[in-house]
Amino acid sequence: MESTQNTNQKRVTVVEKIMGANNRLAADNRAILDDAQIFSLNIMASPGAGKTSLIERTINNLAGLFSIAVIDGDIATSIDADRAASAGAVAVQINTGGDCHLDATMLGQGLSQLDLSEIDLLIVENVGNLVCPAAFQLGCHKSVLVASIPEGDDKPYKYPAMYHGVDALVINKIDLLPYVSFDMEYFNRGVEILNPGVQTFPLSCRTGEGINPWLEWISTHVREHKMLTRRG
Amino acid sequence: MHERAITESLLEIALRHANQAGASRITGLYLVIGQLSSFIDESVQFYWDILSEDTIAEGALLHFRRIPVEMECLDCQNHYSPADPDFSCPRCSSARVKLIAGEEFLLEAIDVD
Repeated sequence: MESTQNTNQKRVTVVEKIMGANNRLAADNRAILDDAQIFSLNIMASPGAGKTSLIERTINNLAGLFSIAVIDGDIATSIDADRAASAGAVAVQINTGGDCHLDATMLGQGLSQLDLSEIDLLIVENVGNLVCPAAFQLGCHKSVLVASIPEGDDKPYKYPAMYHGVDALVINKIDLLPYVSFDMEYFNRGVEILNPGVQTFPLSCRTGEGINPWLEWISTHVREHKMLTRRG
Repeated sequence: MHERAITESLLEIALRHANQAGASRITGLYLVIGQLSSFIDESVQFYWDILSEDTIAEGALLHFRRIPVEMECLDCQNHYSPADPDFSCPRCSSARVKLIAGEEFLLEAIDVD
């Protein structure tokens, strides 16, 4: 093979995180949220796990206590944002135009459409996907994964990056356990390996079973966050 | 699908460093990617060919170095690369384990003229 020796060629050391730009924007979002004393959740799940149902339930139960906003990421349509608005939250729809995840820039755009002084709790509904959203920090205070019984008990093993990175895990549709082959012990073992001690909420958005610990967890965080970010 | 956004970041970082080094052309990029990072080499390459067009990085070669997942057992201190799909310790089968490598996603170096 013929090659020409170029004496000007040199190697430049870079060592920079490729997600660095997104992570810096995520930090900006976090600062904006903290300044407005808003506690925020990034809700991630596969399509159909029940993100929107969980958000509806949460709004229905907590709208009397807190002022809630929802930023909804979807490839197209505003079906989810409409459902959140009907449940009593201020809702903003972000269409990602084909992208499989929300990123920090998109969340920043969503934040600019809200009157932040009026909000206690911001729920961000990510695009339904167990792969891509795990790579993009948004700046939310807690990331939550919604798993669901019909998806199967092998999901922690198949999507380790997602299960490893979250702060809380909701296991939705537990009312279907009698009808579906789902080995909870096997599932929990995968979770424990990837994310030891992660806060877990088995519940059913349909029947309401198990919803109270989830609501208490959020309420505690909203109140604590207000105390922590109180000025002067 | 998220490889497009990733590749945009990659190009931005490479161009910035080349500019700082006073380079006129980028001929190679060295990426370090942990096995748990869900990025597909071919897809990054696909977007790279499109996005780098008409920049000083056009035609640069992407070199991928994959870092295997590495775990540490908190019970027997064994270090191991897990065999799919179970991440538990192969020596004592404990599930009390910690991820110590496999999430990297870096641009390590560039070759420039």
